[in-house]
Formats: sequence, C-alpha cells, structure tokens
Amino acid sequence: MSPTESLVEYSLGSVEQIPLGEGRAFQVAGHDVAVFRLRGGGIATTQAQCPHRAGPLADGIVGLDSIVCPLHAWRLSFATGAAEVGDCGIVVYPSRLDDDGEILVALTAASEG
Amino acid sequence: MTTAERDHLALGDEFEAQTRQKLVVIGNGMAGARTVEEILARGGGEMFNITVFGDEPYGNYNRILLSGVLSGESDASDIFINPLDWYTDNDIELRAGARVSHVDRIARLVHAEDGTSVAYDKLIVATGSRPFIPPIDGVMNGHGPRPGIFVFRTIDDCNAIANYAQGCARAAVIGGGLLGLEAARGLLTHGVEVHVVEAGPHLMGQQLDAQGGRILARTLREMGIGVHCGSATVQVTGEDRITGLAFKDGTHLECDMVVVAAGIRPNAELAAQCGLTVERAVVVDDQLRTEDPDIYAVGECAQHRSQVYGLVAPLWEQAEVLADHITGTDTSAAYEGSKLATKLKVMGVELAVMGLKEPESDDDEVLQFSEPHRGIYKTVILRDGVLVGATLLGDVSKVSFLTQAFDKGTPLPDDRLQLLFDVGPPTAAVSIADLPDDTQICNCNGVSKGQIASCVSGGAASVGAVMKATRAGTGCGSCKSQVIEIVERAAGGDLAEDPSAHYYVPGVPMPKAALVEAIHRLGLRSASEVFEALADGRDDPASKMGLTSLLRTIWGPEDLGDERDARYINDRVHANIQRDGTFSVVPGISGGVTSADQLRRIADVADKYEVPMIKITGGQRIDLLGITKENLPRVWKDLGMRSGHAYGKSFRTVKSCVGTDFCRFGVGDAIALGVEMEERFKGIEAPAKLKLAVAGCPRNCSEAMVKDIGAVAVEGGRWEVYIGGAAGATVRKGDVLCTVGSHAEVLTITGRFMQYYRENARWLERTYDFVPRIGLEELRAIVVDDRDGIAARLGAEMARSIDAYVEPWQTEAAEPATANQFAAPIAVA
Repeated sequence: MSPTESLVEYSLGSVEQIPLGEGRAFQVAGHDVAVFRLRGGGIATTQAQCPHRAGPLADGIVGLDSIVCPLHAWRLSFATGAAEVGDCGIVVYPSRLDDDGEILVALTAASEG
Repeated sequence: MTTAERDHLALGDEFEAQTRQKLVVIGNGMAGARTVEEILARGGGEMFNITVFGDEPYGNYNRILLSGVLSGESDASDIFINPLDWYTDNDIELRAGARVSHVDRIARLVHAEDGTSVAYDKLIVATGSRPFIPPIDGVMNGHGPRPGIFVFRTIDDCNAIANYAQGCARAAVIGGGLLGLEAARGLLTHGVEVHVVEAGPHLMGQQLDAQGGRILARTLREMGIGVHCGSATVQVTGEDRITGLAFKDGTHLECDMVVVAAGIRPNAELAAQCGLTVERAVVVDDQLRTEDPDIYAVGECAQHRSQVYGLVAPLWEQAEVLADHITGTDTSAAYEGSKLATKLKVMGVELAVMGLKEPESDDDEVLQFSEPHRGIYKTVILRDGVLVGATLLGDVSKVSFLTQAFDKGTPLPDDRLQLLFDVGPPTAAVSIADLPDDTQICNCNGVSKGQIASCVSGGAASVGAVMKATRAGTGCGSCKSQVIEIVERAAGGDLAEDPSAHYYVPGVPMPKAALVEAIHRLGLRSASEVFEALADGRDDPASKMGLTSLLRTIWGPEDLGDERDARYINDRVHANIQRDGTFSVVPGISGGVTSADQLRRIADVADKYEVPMIKITGGQRIDLLGITKENLPRVWKDLGMRSGHAYGKSFRTVKSCVGTDFCRFGVGDAIALGVEMEERFKGIEAPAKLKLAVAGCPRNCSEAMVKDIGAVAVEGGRWEVYIGGAAGATVRKGDVLCTVGSHAEVLTITGRFMQYYRENARWLERTYDFVPRIGLEELRAIVVDDRDGIAARLGAEMARSIDAYVEPWQTEAAEPATANQFAAPIAVA
C-alpha cells in the first residue's frame, strides 16, 4: 500500500463468526484477509497467506501479539507484520471491533484501480 | 610335609611301594584323567598306588572333539588324550570297562560290578555326567532309547549315529544347546537333512540372550539347518520306524532319526549311595573334598559353592587345586569358583562368552551391537566400570582384550566403543570440524555449516538462539546434533547454558516433570491457565500444541478446559493440512484390512469431490489428497468411516502382514492382533506420533522392527514386542522389550509403554529418542517387571483415555464444534 491510497473501513459482520483465540479467512472488497480474535481482547487482521509458501494464516495458532503459520511455523507480528526471522513480512490491516462486536477492517477501496 | 613324603625319605623303595597310599579314581573321563595328570606332575606317582575305573573300554579322550568324530573330520584315535600305554608307563592300574557298583566307606573299599574290589586311602569321584533324556512319549524302549534314538556323549554314540544315518533322510536333534548344535554339525556330513528342535525360546539359552540366540539361528538356517525354537517335543511318532516328532502346539516334524541332546545330569548316585551330601551334584569344599576328608569329587559330578560346571576350563582349575591338596604340595590351595570365560566354535561360528549374559540390575551398563546379516552380535556388560560379562558371536576379534579385562579387572577405555570394535583413528571426512563451510547441514531448511557458524559470531549465544535465527535443526530435527556441535565449536568456551533446552515447551520455563506436578497441584485445565499461572501470563503460540497434548493426557474430557484455539489446525479439523492449504483425508482402516464395500465408497467419494490424488500411504492406508476444508464434513459423511487419525501427534496406524491367514510362513495371527491394537488405541494422543506394526513372522514384512512399537510373531505362539524403532528421518531398529505369549499380553504391555511414554517423553520426542534416553532395561523394569509398582496405574490411565475416545469425524460432521469450523473464506458482500 502506498500512503496515497485511501482506506475504507469495511464491516465483516459479527465477531462471533470467529471462535475465541482462532482466525478465519474473509474475502472482502477484492482482498483476502485473515482476521484473528485475540484472547487478550480485540482483533488483528493480516493478509490471508504467509509470504513464505502461501500458508493459510487463518489456520495458524494465535498468540497475544503474533500468528504462527500452520505450514512451517514462521511467526509473524501483528504489530509490524515482520517475521521473527528473516526480512520478509505480511501486510497488517488496521482493524477494530465496534461496540456491537462488529468487525471493522480498513482496506483500500474495491472500486479502485 | 605329609606322612607319605616322610615315608618316602625315610624308607627304601621296596618297602615304600607297599606303604604308598592307595588312591582310587572313579571315572576316566576328562576330569578323572586330568586330575591324575596333575597329581603325577606333583610327584604323586611316588606317593600313591593309583587305580582308575573307567566305564568305557578306552583310554581317556577329549569329549569336546566328538562332533569332529561324528562329522568324520577326526578319527577316534585323534581325540585320545592318553593312550593305554600312558597308564602302564605311569604304573596306573586302569580298570577300563569296569563299572563301580558301590563304595564302602567303613571298610574303605570300592566294589566293581564284576565282583572285584579295591581298597583306598584316598578316593576321587570323577563320574562326570550322562545325557538327560526328557520324559517324552515314544523315546524309551525298556531301559534304553528305542532304535533310531540316540544320545551324544561317547565314541560309541558317534559310531552308532553315523551308521544309522546311512539309511535316513532327515534327522532331528532335540536340544538347541551347545551339545545339540555340535551333534547337528556332525550329522550334516552324513547326507541327512538336519533339524534342531529347542523347547526354550531361543538357541543356546545357557550362553546367549534372546537376540544372540536369534542371530545364531539365522546363521544356522543359512547353512541349511532347520531351527525350531519354542517347540516342546511331546512324542516321538511311528511304530517300528520313527516317523517324526509331535510338538506341544500340535505341529509335527517328519524325521527318521532323533539325537537327544537335551542337557546332562551329574552322575552322583554312587556318592549318594555311600552317604555323601548330594544336591544337584556331589557337594565339595574349596579343596574339592566332600564331607568325608578322604573322598574328593571333581568335574561335572561336583557341586562347588552351588555351581555345577559343564565346561572344560573350570575342570582344569579344579584338578590343579585337588592335586595341590592331595599331594600336600600346597595344602592352602583353594578353588574359589571359576569365572566363566569360554571361547567356542559352534558349527563353525565363533562364540566367546564370559560372566553374565544379561544385566542383573538397572545400574549395569550394557553395550550392544547387532548385525544379523553377518551373524554378528556383541554385548558387553559393565558394573561400576568393571567388565562383568561379554558375549561375542560371529566376530571374536576383541576376545583377548575382553578376557583379560574380565579375568584381571584391567581398566577399560572411556570410549566404550573400543570394547566392541577395533577403532582406528577418526577419518577426516567424518569430522564436522573438517567439513567445508558450504556443506549443507540442515537439509529441511537449507542451512549451511558456514551460516550456522557465522550466526554464532554474529552474537547468538546459545544453541536455541542459533536454531531460531537460522531455522537449522527445526525441520525434521535429524541434524540437531550436528548443529549443536557446530555451534559449540564456533563459540569456543563462550556458549551460554541454554536452560530452555530442558523445558517441555519453550514458553513455560519448566521441565516436564515439574510442569506435570504444577498442573496437578494448581488444577490447571487449559493452556491459558498454564500461561497465567506458570509463565507470567505470557501466552506463547509455539507452546500451545504441546500444552494441549499434555493437558489431554493428564485430564479426562470432563475435567479438561478444552481450548480449540490451542490446538494445531490438524487437530481442529481432523485432517492433515497440505502445502496448498487443502487437506488429506485418511479413513480409518484398522490393520490395513479393508473391504470391497469400503473401497467402493472411497471410489465414489473420490469421483464426487474430484479428488486430485488417491495414494496408498506408507502406513497401509488410503489417502485422499487435495480436499478443501469446507468439503471435509461432506466427505466424512459420504465415506461413513471413522477417522484414520493420520494427522495428529497421536497413535496413527498399525501396519500388518497377512500372518497366518494366508501366508505360508506366518507363525502368528498378525491381522487379528493388528486390528485389535488399532481398534483399542486409535487416536490416543502422545508427545509425538506413534506408528505401529505387527509382523506374523520374523521376516518382518510389515516392518514392525522399525516402528515405535512393533509386535513380531516368533515360533511357539509368542510375540516379541519391539519399541523405539524408526524408519523416517532417523533409522533405528527397535529394541525387544519382552516376549509374550498372547495377544492380550501384547496389548497390556503396549498400553503400559504408551502411557509411560505419554507421561515422560518431551514434547515431540519420538520413541527412537525416548527409549535410548530412558534405557531399555529401565523401561523393561517399569513396564514389564513392574519394579516401581506403577504398571497397574499405567494400564488404568490408558484405559481411561481409551474410554474417553470420541470418534471426531462423524461427531463433528453432524455438528461442527466451533463457528465456521470448516468454512471456506467467508465472502463479505
């Protein structure tokens, strides 16, 4: 994402679609994302696939601040998207829960490009 | 000085001849004759008038060489130690062929069956032993064996066997000990097919442990000898001529002659009749004296400190002490028992045994090397750093060194390998230090030696840090020891002690035992509770899988705070995730036995879901690959089969061979046992996966010897239970934990071992690391011998886990366990 791209906040529906501590994959506005419901409260949203071998991150094991990919156990930070080892990383999307428990994720708009 | 010696000095020769003491030796075998030789060597010819009684009408001969006479390699005359001339030359009266009927201790007279008698001052009983003929139907005919049945003890026996074999096609030897194998070897040259029949579980039970016995059997079979172990003969069949042997298990072996070599019994009756103490043999003290100070006993008929020796070396030592004492050469001479070190040649196979054949306590250090293909087997047993036993079969190159260490207690090399092999200087190629920097060490992650070393110079201070930074050793793990060595070398002495190396999981700073204790004590039911209580609330995703497995082993389902998110994806959706994010589905096919109906359903599912690949797995199952997550519950429903559990750190499969059902070699019902085992233990969670197999015979077609747990049928309706085998990234032949007699016992032992493994193995520690770490003997003591009294509890814990088993596929196909459990990416409009 370049800084000039404008972000739009999309609603993905209730957080109850995701069991506590797990992740689920969503397709929204042309983006594949993985949303994680954190045991410490709140959510995190990343690109759906890992940068290493395209592992489905939503199927990974979730920590307080990172996700472990199910294919080769690479650990990626929710805060920065960086891999614990090496210099590749993932896109982390700004996301939050509203007062009704709706998942809101900020993405580049679908109509763009 | 003895009276005899004083007499000798004081009196003239003529008078002396009359006043010499009268020494009578009953028995002209190896012990009797050797003792006389030793006495003569100490000037005994001047002290004693010697009379020797011998049963056989010969001088004395070396019985050890009899198989050479039977095979025709030696002539009977070659094996005589002392010809008849020797007796006359030494003024010994030999009463060859004269049987002694009784001894009168009051009158000091030895009576022969021919009515003559000889007076004695000193008497030596060297009556040896005789073949033991077990009470088998159809063996005896009146007082002797019936025609066609032979014992193997004397020159006459050899001649009779050789003559009878002319008219025979097949000979059976009852007895798989040293003597039986010698007889078998002798028979081979007479154009008969030879079969050795042993009632015990393996050959040469006196000298070899089970594994050594098996390797010897294999070598003999390659020579063309039939070997039947665990075969108790109950009857010799046939009316006039022998037709065969019938065994206890109902099987039958055709043969037309039989040599009985089922052991020996000391000839102690003569001593017992005259009132001497006889237990298993004639009881003697350290001077080889019976309780009558004028009567000695020596050789196979003597029992010293509860031992009766049947080999020749102890007999030589006894003869020397007896001679020292009786001649007065050294009255303080004492025989303190023999340390048994023997070198034998069994059918051309070299064998050396000394001391213990198996360890006696858990602290005994055991080194073992086994190479069945070349018929080589070596064990060395150390106690407190001292050699207390060794067995060398097929390769006795280390025998001189070991014998010296055994006899004299000479120091042993710290590098224990040198006890088994002549180890040359290390070759340059195998030393990691000499490998070039670009050598790939971790073949899973493609990490070179240079990358590992530079990671250390870059500041990583522990093995764990290096592994984390480079990923070296984090794939299959088989290169881990090399990684550690490179890190240690690169760091010089600066390596930080890595405490996390001892943790059960990286995120909770405790070894397994302490962690288990804390979980019990604090009643922790979930991964979250463990992190909260024991890791300062620091949740570690890399530790969750291991904790989940451990918690599920500790708590029953009713007590468990099941957190699905702490499971690995495979355990959340009961299928194995593939590189493209799809899953593989392996239906449960217990023991690998399927049916046309199952195959049809699998084929229909494959068509309906356009399964891209159907693969027969290494574990004898059918794998449907490329199933999307959302299709999993549909596929399961359509299959109507249970989960094959081919995805978890759990009990996976039991491979089997067709065993006795169809295979002409099978000796055990491998199918029934394989199915039974899989039905019982399916899905049981463990620190790492458990792959099992059952083989219906030692041909090992189902590869049971290289499984985490394997059962191999052996002749006689028994099962050998192997543990700690592997044929993956690591290849290791399993160790025989025990041999049992029934399917139920295999299940019991397997259950106990699995439970002990579940409770004590580190996370992801396969049995091939766990078994050597704990030690086979220790495991045997715990799960087989129940030394610690926990066997029943282990069994009960396992039974509880089995009872709690819930089949996941059909359960969760009917009702998903969590929201969107099997959902495809959720499309948001």
